[in-house]
Amino acid sequence: MEKIISFTLKYWKQNGPKDKGHFEQREMKDITGDTSFLEMLDILNEQLIEEGKEPFVFDHDCREGICGMCSLYINGTPHGKTEQGATTCQLYMRRFNDGDVITVEPWRSAAFPVIKDCMVDRTAFDKIIQAGGYTSIRTGQAQDANAILIPKTDADEAMDCATCIGCGACVAACKNGSAMLFVSSKVSQLALLPQGRVEAAKRAKAMVAKMDELGFGNCTNTRACEAVCPKNETIANVARLNREFISAKLAD
Amino acid sequence: MATINSRIPEGPIAEKWTNYKAHQRLVNPKNKLKLDVIVVGTGLAGASAAASLGEMGFNVLNFCIQDSPRRAHSIAAQGGINAAKNYQNDGDSVYRLFYDTVKGGDYRAREANVYRLAEVSNNIIDQCVAQGVPFAREYGGMLANRSFGGAQVSRTFYAKGQTGQQLLLGAYSSLSKQVHDGKVKLYTRYEMEDVVIVDGRARGIIAKNLVTGKLERFSANAVVIATGGYGNTYFLSTNAMGCNCTAAIQCYRKGAYFANPSYVQIHPTCIPVHGDKQSKLTLMSESLRNDGRIWVPKKLEDAQKLQSGQIKGSDIPEEDRDYYLERRYPAFGNLVPRDVASRAAKERCDKGYGVNNTGLAVFLDFSESIERLGIDEIRQRYGNLFDMYEEITDVNPGELAKEINGVKYYNPMMIFPAIHYTMGGIWVDYELQTSIPGLFAIGECNFSDHGANRLGASALMQGLADGYFVLPYTIQNYLADQAIWPHISTDTIEFAETEKAVDAEIDRLMNIKGKRSVDSIHKELGHIMWEHVGMGRTKEGLEKGLELLKNIRKEFNTNLFIPGTKEGLNVELDKAIHLRDFILMGELIANDALHREESCGGHFREEHQTEDGEAKRDDENFFYVGCWEYQQNDDTKPTLIKEPLEYEIIKVQTRNYKN
Amino acid sequence: MWLINSSIGKKVLMSVTGMALILFLTFHACMNVVALIDGDAYNMVCEFLGTNWYALVGTAALAALAVVHILYAVILTLENRKARGNNRYAVTAKPEKVEWASQNMFVLGVIVILGLFLHLYNFWFNMMFAELVGMEGMFAPTDGYAFIQQTFSCPVTAVLYLIWLAALWFHLSHGFWSSLQTLGLSGKTWFCRWKLIGIIWVSVVIILFAVVVLAFALCPDCAGSYC
Repeated sequence: MEKIISFTLKYWKQNGPKDKGHFEQREMKDITGDTSFLEMLDILNEQLIEEGKEPFVFDHDCREGICGMCSLYINGTPHGKTEQGATTCQLYMRRFNDGDVITVEPWRSAAFPVIKDCMVDRTAFDKIIQAGGYTSIRTGQAQDANAILIPKTDADEAMDCATCIGCGACVAACKNGSAMLFVSSKVSQLALLPQGRVEAAKRAKAMVAKMDELGFGNCTNTRACEAVCPKNETIANVARLNREFISAKLAD
Repeated sequence: MATINSRIPEGPIAEKWTNYKAHQRLVNPKNKLKLDVIVVGTGLAGASAAASLGEMGFNVLNFCIQDSPRRAHSIAAQGGINAAKNYQNDGDSVYRLFYDTVKGGDYRAREANVYRLAEVSNNIIDQCVAQGVPFAREYGGMLANRSFGGAQVSRTFYAKGQTGQQLLLGAYSSLSKQVHDGKVKLYTRYEMEDVVIVDGRARGIIAKNLVTGKLERFSANAVVIATGGYGNTYFLSTNAMGCNCTAAIQCYRKGAYFANPSYVQIHPTCIPVHGDKQSKLTLMSESLRNDGRIWVPKKLEDAQKLQSGQIKGSDIPEEDRDYYLERRYPAFGNLVPRDVASRAAKERCDKGYGVNNTGLAVFLDFSESIERLGIDEIRQRYGNLFDMYEEITDVNPGELAKEINGVKYYNPMMIFPAIHYTMGGIWVDYELQTSIPGLFAIGECNFSDHGANRLGASALMQGLADGYFVLPYTIQNYLADQAIWPHISTDTIEFAETEKAVDAEIDRLMNIKGKRSVDSIHKELGHIMWEHVGMGRTKEGLEKGLELLKNIRKEFNTNLFIPGTKEGLNVELDKAIHLRDFILMGELIANDALHREESCGGHFREEHQTEDGEAKRDDENFFYVGCWEYQQNDDTKPTLIKEPLEYEIIKVQTRNYKN
Repeated sequence: MWLINSSIGKKVLMSVTGMALILFLTFHACMNVVALIDGDAYNMVCEFLGTNWYALVGTAALAALAVVHILYAVILTLENRKARGNNRYAVTAKPEKVEWASQNMFVLGVIVILGLFLHLYNFWFNMMFAELVGMEGMFAPTDGYAFIQQTFSCPVTAVLYLIWLAALWFHLSHGFWSSLQTLGLSGKTWFCRWKLIGIIWVSVVIILFAVVVLAFALCPDCAGSYC
């Protein structure tokens, strides 16, 4: 039997970064369990528009958990609570119960100012990648892809690090607003592969410097980031970043 | 009537691209600094082109509608990317990839373009590995491959079920380097609203800053659009919510031809539709067909019991299952091309064999491969897809459900075809230039390489081929004499007029002040498209569809309601602009489908099928690219221009996946 | 200088000083056990660590470590609050994985400092400091055993010490692996190992401290004459 629930939805409205912001509230009726969280918000917006009001603004795009655009803080957890980690768009209403109060907030961090309602500005992440999250190779005649053999375990581990979708849940969950999990995932991916090894020291230094400059906080190893990461990135990456950074600095 | 010049270089097919590169014009390094190029879109094609052009020395302005270039919808491609590396020593070659692609495209692609695509495919893999893309590897450290629909060799490179993500992040990282070096300027949360034409050449764009709502002018010596496909015309598709065809349609309104719009790919393995509040369809990677077997019940009464929920798929024993793809296509089995698999599913469901409550689903079953390889191996290959499926449907496909007579039955997945990719797009010549000089189209938004149907793992290949290895060469041929116009001013009458027109159009939409939301009209549009311009098309259906589309436009123009103002961020306004263009796009698809009196690839006309229900092409009358030219306004029917296809080496024949 | 300019550098300072302080505590705990065995032996240790130059240098170094540790705790906490922004979440749910101690290191640290002041007043002030300035006290500055007996004979003090030790345990249980993580010496495999080693190590140290407190609080006269 399909679950059908009614609940109270409290959602954050904020008109720009300087506005104080407030919660609005609505009773949502008869939502089926196979409705995704964002589809539930679509229903909310249809109702608002019907009443001539402006819709509730939130970021979303692919709705299959990979683009990293959706970014809602639901009942105290980034992306809402699921067992194995999922983005907001992969959260289904069957996880909630009749009569619940569901509170929806934006990512709150100084480095992610609110644009409107629950839409935040995450360009800081792009800036960190621009500081060094790449290998400096030119388009054209790269050597044959099999010229450098890479152990499967290394390739697999690099892949695990590379699955980060840059959603920012780690920063949102961190009491220090630290971006270490995001930065370390990129640094780790490239440090684990021979192609990225060449610039590993330079990269670690440049990306950490940019991260600090942009006002992200310091990691205090609370592990809140890995607990909420929809792609299950771990703080083993953070340890690797620390190692890369410290050895790079010691070698200077 | 306008004539079409596809500018295919002379010479034997295998030497065309080499010859072209040897004789094309180049831009000297100093002049590159004077030239600006606008790239709209940051998907695989856009990001790779912007990065490459920046690296070469051009000043690149790169636009995307998302908050970051890394979020473009290329990221959602799951399966893999093809290349003719022949690492598996299974007889692959450039020619074979070329041949498979042309055949898979039902002989409606341009031979020379496809050959070039196959040729550069190997460079793409090299390039991506050098960027640090963590492709799957074997224990020996070599790159691993998997097989994919429409091919008899294993040529698909993959990174778990997230190949698109990894390739896009690779391109994004190269792009980020260029941003850091100051060669590319990024404009995120900007949407291109129109292209500016000066003296018959594309010279810039008008873009809307989506946060402030302001229109801004940008000039350049060439404009490249890489804005993806138009699948969202159907409302429900596997495209991202933001995917739209506004940039492409705006180019079409300004005179760029739109080619083969009716070639729309329906992907066979999506999660079935569950209700009317659904916002999008989720794709399950086609790679699942490597180990999954597709079936419906043999007996109609079993299907009826499934539909009413009395029994489950795992209750039906082996002997009562109809593995219809294996039955009909013994040689390719479950790995037939997408269009064939999709139509076969529709055919079964139309006959009443559908397996869910709507009767619009078939089973994809892993029992056999789990028994053969073990659940761990299967989870290693598809674990994330199984998890995703379970999250959405609450059913775990790897779970043992039942044992009948010693045979173990696992929960099958339910799948159904959905709109996925659009082979049609802006018409481009061999140089990827549209019919407007200085305007280029790359990636899914052009039409050239996939013919009437795209093979799996070829979209990523084409996007990156265009962006890394084709456009950076061909655009120079155009830009070679453009250095006499360095950094064009935007304070000209053409820019002012185009901006004014866009602004007036926004005012018009805001002032309709009707009753209906954008989504409600879009859903209706999608319904019409799926019903009448969907998988199985008929003359009557298409005519009816066109009739209904007229009503939709009227409804849109008179009864649309957009809350808020045009200042600042207004999501509904942006969606309304997209919808305006989806409606025009819908008509284009229907018109093209109506005129094309044959069945080929993604375009299936029920009047044109063989006795056993296979697509029947008409090479005598329709062996051409159908290009549509915009006339005065949206209500006037566009004019058809034909670009004849000339095949030099491939013999056109009926596609056969049976033996 | 990267140690004071970069986020990771500052954390390295925290880790290194923290680790050094853990080593000191380990030594201190071992020393305390002597008091359980024999009062005279304990006093010999006290004499050895009196106002000799090496003991003074050691104390100064220890003080410097503590000051750096505390100073950077304050700096990092202020920076982190700023990074968090001015808006707080209306609802927060702590994930199960997240240990309570890890999110309350600063508060725990403050409790530890308060306890430290009490401890310095009870012992260091009466012993090393008294010896340095020639202050006349109730007992001779090197008669540590007498100070222990006297201090823990007051039940309130003993309870305060136990609270202090509990806070210290929480602080160190996170601090131990956290410092190795910050130094990059952790990873997928070593994370669990360090965590386990840390818990055992820290528990042993704290138990040794607590045993002395309890022994003297419950039976001040017999404590030093078990053998």
